[in-house]
Amino acid sequence: MAIVTPERPGSPALQQPLNAPVRFLRRPTGYTKGLWGWMTTVDHKKIGIMYSASAFIFFLIGGLEALLLRVQLGAPDQTFLRADTYNQLFTMHGTTMIFLVIMPLSAGLANYLLPLMIGARDVAFPRINAFGFWVFLVGGLFMYSSFFLGGAPNGGWFGYVPLSRNIPGHNMDYWAFGLQILGIASLTGAINLIVTVINMRAPGMSLMRMPIFVWMSLIAQFLLLFAIPVITVALFLLSFDRLFSTNFFNVAAGSDPLLWQHLFWLFGHPEVYILILPAMGIVSEVLPVFSRKPLFGYQVMVFSGIAIGFMGWGVWAHHMFASGLGPVAVSAFSASTMFIAVPTGVKIFNWISTMWRGKLTFTTPMMFAIGFVAMFTIGGLSGVTHGVVPGDTQQTDTYYIVAHFHYVLFGGSMFGLFAGAYYWYPKFAGRMLDERLGKIHFWLMFLGFNMTFGPFHILGLQGMPRRIYTYPEGRGWDVWNMVSTIGSFIIALSIAVFILNMWKNRKPQEVGDDPWDARTLEWTIPSPPPEYNFKEIPLVTSRDELWHRKYTEDEHGRSVRREVVAEQPKMEGTEVEPSGAEGNATPDHVDGEEAHEGSGEEHEEHIHMPSPSYWPLVTSLGLPVISYGMIYKTWAVAILGGVLTVASLYAWALEPATAPEDTPVHGPDTSGDDLEAVPA
Amino acid sequence: MTTTVTASSGSHAEVDPGHPPTSTGLSNEKVAMWAFLGSECLLFGSLISTYLLFKGQSQPGTIGPDDVFDIPYTSVSSFVLLMSSLTMVLSLAAIQRGDHRLTRVWILTTALLGASFVAGQAYEFTVFVREGMNLRVNLFSSSFFVLTGFHGAHVTIGVLMLLSLYSLSMRGKLPTSKAETVELVGLYWHFVDVVWIVIFTLIYLIP
Amino acid sequence: MSGPTTRDEATGPVVEVPPEEGGTHHDHPGDWKYIKIALILAVITAVEVAFSYWEAVEGILAPSLIAMSILKFVMVVGYFMHLKFDSRLFRRLFVAGIALAIFCFTVMLTTFGVWSR
Repeated sequence: MAIVTPERPGSPALQQPLNAPVRFLRRPTGYTKGLWGWMTTVDHKKIGIMYSASAFIFFLIGGLEALLLRVQLGAPDQTFLRADTYNQLFTMHGTTMIFLVIMPLSAGLANYLLPLMIGARDVAFPRINAFGFWVFLVGGLFMYSSFFLGGAPNGGWFGYVPLSRNIPGHNMDYWAFGLQILGIASLTGAINLIVTVINMRAPGMSLMRMPIFVWMSLIAQFLLLFAIPVITVALFLLSFDRLFSTNFFNVAAGSDPLLWQHLFWLFGHPEVYILILPAMGIVSEVLPVFSRKPLFGYQVMVFSGIAIGFMGWGVWAHHMFASGLGPVAVSAFSASTMFIAVPTGVKIFNWISTMWRGKLTFTTPMMFAIGFVAMFTIGGLSGVTHGVVPGDTQQTDTYYIVAHFHYVLFGGSMFGLFAGAYYWYPKFAGRMLDERLGKIHFWLMFLGFNMTFGPFHILGLQGMPRRIYTYPEGRGWDVWNMVSTIGSFIIALSIAVFILNMWKNRKPQEVGDDPWDARTLEWTIPSPPPEYNFKEIPLVTSRDELWHRKYTEDEHGRSVRREVVAEQPKMEGTEVEPSGAEGNATPDHVDGEEAHEGSGEEHEEHIHMPSPSYWPLVTSLGLPVISYGMIYKTWAVAILGGVLTVASLYAWALEPATAPEDTPVHGPDTSGDDLEAVPA
Repeated sequence: MTTTVTASSGSHAEVDPGHPPTSTGLSNEKVAMWAFLGSECLLFGSLISTYLLFKGQSQPGTIGPDDVFDIPYTSVSSFVLLMSSLTMVLSLAAIQRGDHRLTRVWILTTALLGASFVAGQAYEFTVFVREGMNLRVNLFSSSFFVLTGFHGAHVTIGVLMLLSLYSLSMRGKLPTSKAETVELVGLYWHFVDVVWIVIFTLIYLIP
Repeated sequence: MSGPTTRDEATGPVVEVPPEEGGTHHDHPGDWKYIKIALILAVITAVEVAFSYWEAVEGILAPSLIAMSILKFVMVVGYFMHLKFDSRLFRRLFVAGIALAIFCFTVMLTTFGVWSR
């Protein structure tokens, strides 16, 4: 663990200690800065930022892919894109948005916020956390390398067999191996966050006092935990078929293509809840703050989230209604699909009730949150219509389905994630985003989004199929396709506004701990937070802990600001580091050891933080090497990758969580040159 | 779950003394391992159900289980793996009471038994291949080799972990305070054993 | 070297057991428990194999083999993995995985009509 000590002017504290062992590559310490510091960080906040930044870049790429698709489809009989290019673009658009945008954005927010919201200093396994990020990045880059190596995946994001099995070229191999790599990131991240939430909550933070975002993220992690192995198997079977001519999806050998569909959707349906639950959690945080009211029906919100997670395992074949399952199976899955609408609907009513009679402030995050509620409701309603089997038989494989999932994933998840971005940006970055630009972003995006995807309902019902690269004129589809294409460029414009907003506000500001007058623990610490998060681990006495410290109720039940913030000492008055930008926050010296109950002790003890490490990064690099070797059947390369991975894992396992040179003995004045090794 | 936890907790038998207290009193690593094993149920469930789906569906006239399975042989290797679970738990008991020499004896025995299992499987596979059954012959051959291959890979990883534990213990890096490490490897090992219990019954014994 | 120690199964503190009360250097009372369980497992395995050859039980072969393997499974998980004596949380995590796997794949296989082959 790194002991964080202050940067005092003129202090030599930041020098490497003189007796640090010389190694082949010196282990980074808590003082390592710059690019190498970021590449070796195990700090959940930095990792969260890296996840989010990478995901945003992928969002731009996925969006570009969408624009290209829309240009091609804007008018009938266009030749802007060839059919096979179109196939690559729509496959990669879907794969990117799901696996390289929404999932990592949710993971990034969860990574950053979960420890803060439960009063912890980091996640349970910081190096595994870093590993998960690097694996994700490396997996995404690996998949995108296919564009330059023969062509990107072109069998749809869902990879149905027998097509995906039999497509020549390596495109679908990149898809299969790329998703495998990403699956490793998701699975390790899930285990990490589950253990973190179960085991690292601050004293008094019972499960039913946790913020809803923590709950929804936790449920999503459980879904990942159990769903990823299924797609892992499906992808292995597909890869074996493609590489080694096994017969898993070989119809000539007697296989049934539905096996793939079952395995894929057994993963795929929980996956859509993985995509939406964190965003629902964000909305459940944002709405109460800007309604100045607690979330309506906290317990119901928790249980409905659990119900959605649980029931989500019983509906997967509603993606297969037109595949010939037979009347009994489709009826059963239709019923279960209807049932799952109930907990979802409950949430919508609770969000509305939260705002009802609240003192609403229409900040940008609030607008996006309200936008979520409205757009997700629309998407949910079309989803209910899919649950009616005869209806779905008409709708399936048409643009009506495309409308549904864009309303829930863009109007739902992305709007929710943007709400979170605007809401937590001050905390992460120590600066506020411009409200005016934010609102312009919102309205442009709202307009563009509905212009793009609203017409899809109509086009679908008019019979326009999915996954076609062009369509003839005279079908009556021309106008709405053009409207949709225009809408997509308005979306692009709105994102440009967002980028402009971030650029304009890139200089650090003094935002304080709690610019929104919020309710949860992350707003009790500086913006951006110091490496150790909390000077002292907070003691939690209620839900919405921060709110209750700031406010009490008068005899009419109205919130009244307390004169002095209640109970927990040392929660205010922590100074904001003006140079805290980019997360390279100067380590602070801190009084008080983490286990003490806020008694304000004066004697000097240190907060132990885990030391950085480069092994997670190095280990992650082995995975694409294995994959390239396998795809091109160059076994030496695959074996080399395997050796690299295993050797790195060993080095990692044998490396202590705390580097010895990160453990000064006593006192804030240590210059670092009289270190003794202290047991961690 | 605890609703209130005093900040300075007493020692918990489950928690590694070097670690700060946890909300449940359980060690992070142990919670993580059980979560992982829960997810592995889905992994092997997918593979097993794929095998079961294909059972009896291979093209007629192509090689089938009755042509190649040697039940006595596989029973012996199943027994070997089962006994390795015994030696695994004995090694844990030994380290928990501080008997490091015996710990190493049992760890090594477990590793050897596991390695014998894998070797036996490998030999079995070569016999099958010689009898004309390779990965691509039919549904049975593909699903059999991939299912048992995944299992064998898990056993192999387990053997590597056991040998690593042995090496750590030899170098004095596995004190009693780190008994949990042996426990965690043991959990993984026993899980791999119970998966084989299921596979042996469903694939080999049930016709 | 400290004397022989024993550890009660419910993960209690480590306690010294002097030799006169049954603690010995190599053979710990707890060890016998495991050996007994292993012997039972071996016997069940032998019975399973025997059943697979015995025509008389052909009618109930599949259910009885499944029952026996479940028994072995539960014993290994309960005793060797100590789940019977450990925190309920571990049991819930593991059972969740098993229950989900059994449910989903049973439903999947049912849609393929495997039970009526």
